[in-house]
Formats: sequence, C-alpha cells, structure tokens
Amino acid sequence: MINIDSIQNGLVIDHIKAGTGMDLYHLAGLDKLDCCVAIIRNARSNKHGHKDIIKIESMIDLDLDVLGYVDPDITIDVIRDGVIVEKKKLAKPRRLVNVIKCKNPRCITSIEEGIEHIFYLSENGRYRCTYCEQEHGENRN
Amino acid sequence: MRHLIDPLDFSVEEIYSILKLADDIVANPNTYQNVCAHKKLATLFYEPSTRTRLSFEAAMLNLGGSVLGFSSADSSSASKGESIADTIRVISGYADIAAMRHPKEGAPLRAARYSTIPVINAGDGGHQHPTQTLTDLMTIRRRKGRLTDLTIGLCGDLKFGRTVHSLIKSLSRYENIRFVLISPDELRVPEYVISEVLAPKAIEFEQITSLEDAMPKLDILYMTRVQRERFFNEEDYIRLKDTYILNAEKMQLAKKDMAVLHPLPRVNEITLEVDDDPRAAYFEQAQNGVYVRMALIMTLLGLTQEDKAND
Ligand SMILES: [Zn+2]
Repeated sequence: MINIDSIQNGLVIDHIKAGTGMDLYHLAGLDKLDCCVAIIRNARSNKHGHKDIIKIESMIDLDLDVLGYVDPDITIDVIRDGVIVEKKKLAKPRRLVNVIKCKNPRCITSIEEGIEHIFYLSENGRYRCTYCEQEHGENRN
Repeated sequence: MRHLIDPLDFSVEEIYSILKLADDIVANPNTYQNVCAHKKLATLFYEPSTRTRLSFEAAMLNLGGSVLGFSSADSSSASKGESIADTIRVISGYADIAAMRHPKEGAPLRAARYSTIPVINAGDGGHQHPTQTLTDLMTIRRRKGRLTDLTIGLCGDLKFGRTVHSLIKSLSRYENIRFVLISPDELRVPEYVISEVLAPKAIEFEQITSLEDAMPKLDILYMTRVQRERFFNEEDYIRLKDTYILNAEKMQLAKKDMAVLHPLPRVNEITLEVDDDPRAAYFEQAQNGVYVRMALIMTLLGLTQEDKAND
C-alpha cells in the first residue's frame, strides 16, 4: 500500500465502499475545504476486500446525514495528537434535508423558491419526498 | 395549530367526531348557522375547481362566516411569482382559515409550515384530496350505518385516481374491510397501494376486470371517471373510457341495499337511468361534502361543543 502520512489532528472516513470515495468527496462538500484532504482508493480491507478511505487534516464539522445516506457502513475516526479518540458508526438518517433533490416535475419543490428538499426514510428503507411522497429515483407517473 | 393536509392526518377517533358532528349539522342546521360569525375562510385556488370551491364557500356561509379568495392562478399573486410561503403568511393576516387547491403536489403542506391559521388541502395535483375522502366516509357511514364489515368495489381509473388511493388508505383502518378492485389491466392500482397499504394489514382484496362479476358481492360501489388529462395519448383514452359503464341492467345484479358513490362530475360512466335508483348516493354525497366541510371548519377553528365545554 502507498504510504500516506498519518494525520495528527483530523478525521478519517473509513470503510467507504471501493470506488465511491470520489462521489462521497463531492457530496459531502469536501472539495470546498482548504485543508489537506487525501483520498485513498482501493485500499485493502480485512472486512470488505477493498475499500476507499478519505483523510482530512482538520477537525471539520462533517454532515453525518449525508455520509449515512450515501453509505451507512462508513465509520469515522476522530484523531487527536495522532491517536484515535473516537470511532463513529453511521446509520441511515431518518430525515434528509437538501441532500438529494426531488425530481418529480409535479412536486411543489420544482417551482417554489427557497424550498428545502426534505426526504424521510420510509418503511421499505428508501427515501420519500415529504411533499409529493414520491420515492427518490422512482418515476411513478 | 391543526391542518388537514393528508387524509390520514386525523385519527379514526377524530374522524368519528367529525362525522358525528356532520350528522348533527344535517339534523339541526339552525343550531350552526352562526357559529362562524365574523370568521373568514380564504379559498386559495391556484387552479380552477368550481365544484370544490363552491362546496367550501357554501360550508362557510352556512356557518354564518364569510369567504374571500381567488379561483385561478392568473388572478392571484402567484402570476407575479410570489412563493406559497409568502402568500400564506400574508393571507394568515386576512383570514381565520384557508382552503388551498394547487396543481403542484405538496403545496398545501408547504403552506401549512408557514401559516398561522389552519390550512385545508383542497386538492394538490394528483396527490391528495382529503376533504373528498371525508365526504366519501360520511356518505358510506350514513348509507350503511358503519365503516366496518364492508365489501367495497372501486371501479374505473384506479391507477391515477387519487380519491381511490386515499379512500383505500382511510378505509384500511377499519375492521373487516374487503376491496374488489375493478379496472382494466392498464389502470390497476399502483403497486405501492398493495405493498404498503393492503398487504401489511393483510386486507382481503381482489383485482378483476369485470364490473358485472363484482356487482352481487358489493356493499358499496365507488365509480370513478377516467380522466382525459391523465392520458398521454388520445387513442388510449378513447379505447378505455367506456369500458366500465354502470347502467340499470348491471344494477339488477347488485344487493338491494348497495350504495353507488361517485366523486363527480361524471362523464358517462353512470347512465342517467341509474339516478332514479334509490341506491344512487352520488348527489347526496355532493351534499354531504358541504356538511362534512362545515364540521371540518368548526373542528379546525376549535368551535365544536366539546372545545367550548373545556373553555
Ligand atoms: Zn417531491
């Protein structure tokens, strides 16, 4: 494995499904950070075969809802003075605000200015727009 | 602040109170003719629906209240691009309660989040129409004396018909309900109605294509219009619209105490000869719509007897 300097203070987003690290990087808004961010793709993992890892050299406020939505199997290590002081496990959030957009052209979100795109986790494990109740990625017509 | 956005916003008990109040309004209309004196209902209709708007206005006028509003988007500030959130905050200062009709799904929910007065969803696109559902429940209850132990046939456009989906959801909360879903294969209920409403509660249902076969077992027959605007091409519309027409001949197959409901307006899915059959309940249903909206307005404004007793 390529050696990436271990960080002293910051966050490690670990156990990202191999190949999805770049998407997560953009979705979580990490492309907008000024600090040093390293994306490691296809790292070997004991559990999953391969995984992606993102290391962030700063104590930023990560949007855990976004990360949990993209991949609830992710873990986040909080590192202080070179030591892991906390390991956060993620879960699918019950509510998503402005993470995904409703694509239903008949939904009020398609015309109302300033409206938040709010989705809630439905019983079948998928997300549903709170306004039109259409499932994300579904085209009911 | 209570609103009515989704037909399931009210519990079974709350619906029972509203229907009971509506029954009392039918029996003693004079008692209620001033309960909303000096109260104003705003009818915010971003798309025309004369029937629904008049039903709301009649309800408020019967209660001694007054009405203001607009009946199409061109006559409202929406044409100048004002958001729902802004409009409802302004209207909240003008009226005591609002009924909103909007072509976009979820618009009344958006309004409710910014409103300081109760908001009633008077139809949001193809999504929900809860006051129609209350009207349907009231009519079934007045005809049959109960909302439990019924075999209910729903006929026509079961795919796009929002009144059908809302009615199925609402009736699914009562004991011993069976559904007979009568439609062409192309217009069957969406899969989610089965997987999320009927299957989890193990509610008995059958999907059939013949209205005649269904007739003898039904306690209620809910007919719907096949709406032209839901079709993408004219050919499909013409091919399917006449498939299910209820006439006197088919009525002969039905139980003597069956009731026929229809949200109206009808096109030709119920022939005129059926109107004289005592089992035809659709005009009574339209009338019930006014009574149940009266009961709803009173409930949301906290003007029911029980509320007064607690003052
Ligand atoms: Zn939506």
